[in-house]
Amino acid sequence: MSGRDAILGNIRRGLGRGGPLDGAARAACEERLRAHRPVLIPARAQRPHDEQVALFVAMATEAAASVARVAGADDVPAAVAAFLDQGGYPRRAVIAPAQAVSGLDWAAAGIEVEARAARNGDRASVTPAFAGIAETGTLMLLSGPDSPTTLNFLPDAHVVVLDAARIVGPYEDAWAWLRRERGLPLPRTVNWISGPSRSADIEQKLQMGAHGPIQLHIVLVGD
Amino acid sequence: MHITSPSFKANARAALADAPLQRALGNLRAGFPGKRAAAVARLPEFEALRDAARDLKNHILEHLDFYLETFEANVKQHGGQVHWARDAEEARQIILGLCQQAGAKTVTKGKSMITEEIGLNDYLAQHGIEPIETDLGEYILQLRGEHPSHIIAPAIHVNLDQVSDAFHAHHGRYGKTERQTEPRQLMNEAREILRDKFLAADVGITGANFCIAETGTTVIVTNEGNGDLTQTLPRVHIAVTSIEKVVPTLEDATLLHRLLSRSATGQEIEVYGTWSSGPRRPGDPDGPSEYHVVLLDNGRSNMLGSEFQDMLRCIRCSACMNHCPVYGAIGGHAYGWVYPGPMGSVLTPQFIGIENAANLPNASTFCGRCESVCPVRIPLPKLMRHWRAREYEKHLTPQGFRFGLGVWAWCVRRPALYRRLTRIGACVLKVLGGKTGRIRSLPLAGGWTAWRDLPAPQGRTFFEQWAERRPGGGR
Ligand code: SF4
Repeated sequence: MSGRDAILGNIRRGLGRGGPLDGAARAACEERLRAHRPVLIPARAQRPHDEQVALFVAMATEAAASVARVAGADDVPAAVAAFLDQGGYPRRAVIAPAQAVSGLDWAAAGIEVEARAARNGDRASVTPAFAGIAETGTLMLLSGPDSPTTLNFLPDAHVVVLDAARIVGPYEDAWAWLRRERGLPLPRTVNWISGPSRSADIEQKLQMGAHGPIQLHIVLVGD
Repeated sequence: MHITSPSFKANARAALADAPLQRALGNLRAGFPGKRAAAVARLPEFEALRDAARDLKNHILEHLDFYLETFEANVKQHGGQVHWARDAEEARQIILGLCQQAGAKTVTKGKSMITEEIGLNDYLAQHGIEPIETDLGEYILQLRGEHPSHIIAPAIHVNLDQVSDAFHAHHGRYGKTERQTEPRQLMNEAREILRDKFLAADVGITGANFCIAETGTTVIVTNEGNGDLTQTLPRVHIAVTSIEKVVPTLEDATLLHRLLSRSATGQEIEVYGTWSSGPRRPGDPDGPSEYHVVLLDNGRSNMLGSEFQDMLRCIRCSACMNHCPVYGAIGGHAYGWVYPGPMGSVLTPQFIGIENAANLPNASTFCGRCESVCPVRIPLPKLMRHWRAREYEKHLTPQGFRFGLGVWAWCVRRPALYRRLTRIGACVLKVLGGKTGRIRSLPLAGGWTAWRDLPAPQGRTFFEQWAERRPGGGR
């Protein structure tokens, strides 16, 4: 007998069932999968949009991300330049090929950019976000030809450009958008990111920048 | 891993006398409980979420075969492969096979208790493949030749100077000859060295906190980002997990997410929640070309339908051990196998046999703190009691203990005699207690009085007081 059959058989024996789930019980489970209902959404995540934006900024800041607000997409390169200067980084960045980022006028802000996956030694990256989740100040990023995953993890500084209109209250709303706008299957990788990398493994003392970015900077566009 | 659970009592005694360990455990007790309490206080729905999580997990366990098959089908549909492993040996062989197929020389690893459970590192090393732990805590332990003493803070028992020593002893070959003493510098040194390991590895092995049936997705939850580099950079990603980690939908996994980090570290949420579905897609510029999920049983399916089924709800948050006075006093290694603390006291007898772990379900004051903080409301003390009952049935309890219990049972079935004896006993103890009301030493109770005085009863038994207070009684 294969491991698979042995394990499934033992599970069924334990549950007091002779064979696979069938009948009404199976239909109920299938319906549960189809409906994929949210279970319990905290009140904190159910507010008018402007309050959600404020909550997102507060929670992301608490998670040790920095947030800069700009009026429009055209202002993003200047905001990124200011961040790079302040952090002592060269005015150079590896960016996601996504139009929302690569379509900006980086040269005007004096930033040299390359649209590609990240390599070791890249100091700073700029990527788009699919959504921002106010509940905990979490970013949702999707992998794909337009947005390589390595950009989120290899560079020392990760800059994320987020449209304020893309901020939702609870995680479940971001899943609903993903289902509606992209459908399944999910992208290879969906990243939830809340603040920069950290570890408390040495004497329970929290240090930023364990393996991933030491700084996470969010440029929030519009309101 | 060498099992030392049978010598739990000696382990515990050694741990209590180990000064650096006691200092490290002070950090634990001062840290986790307060942080969890603060996070819980900020989320009014927390208790309702715990109820919902318990119900969700119960639903999953009742339909576990269905959700596992659905998960498998969806992984396959997105180009991934699922491997079922009955036991640790089978899991090790599957993983070794995948590594050999990939021609792997080095393997980077994200933090995974399941790979500890199956003893993967030693096995890979024996077969000429170098496993490299990348979680900072796990990395420190690998250099020190140790195993985790905590399921989410593996190196909690290690002090700063010990980390300095370990790095100083092992990093010379990378040109790092200076002994660093600041946590910041030590972490940077590890970051730099492990970067090259990530880039050179042929295979990346992670665990999975959740497996989502609906989408064929595995989820890892980390703060460092090492899990992401582990699974993104090498050509092959293997997620090693166990059968009870499956959940139906993204929304269900989200519910458990709200509880996990708050219960574990008191964070609102982990820094990186990573949801992986299959290998890289056409046009993807990065990500692994192969994606494998290894589903381990290792005795879990035997727990279904038994009095231990509730234990399969565990999401490995560590809250029970963070709040356990026994764990807080002796640390994780004393428990003698992979899983320490209250959850370990229930799981270890299941995995290595009650005859090897009979002390563990007894290593509890039954104060109930573990159950009171468990996000999926596992009745841990009750499950430990079940093990005590099995231990008794199997005649594993010590002779003296069985004899004492037998005498007590004989007396208690004769109420008049029992009351007379307890009255005499209470009077004698009161006299022994003298003016202070405290007994400094007592035959047969040396285990207690060696460490603290025994408060003497006030001379009257419960039954006497009860008789007086009852309506129609003396008062
Ligand atoms: S038993 Fe409960 S508290 Fe302990 S690790 Fe598991 S889920 Fe967390």
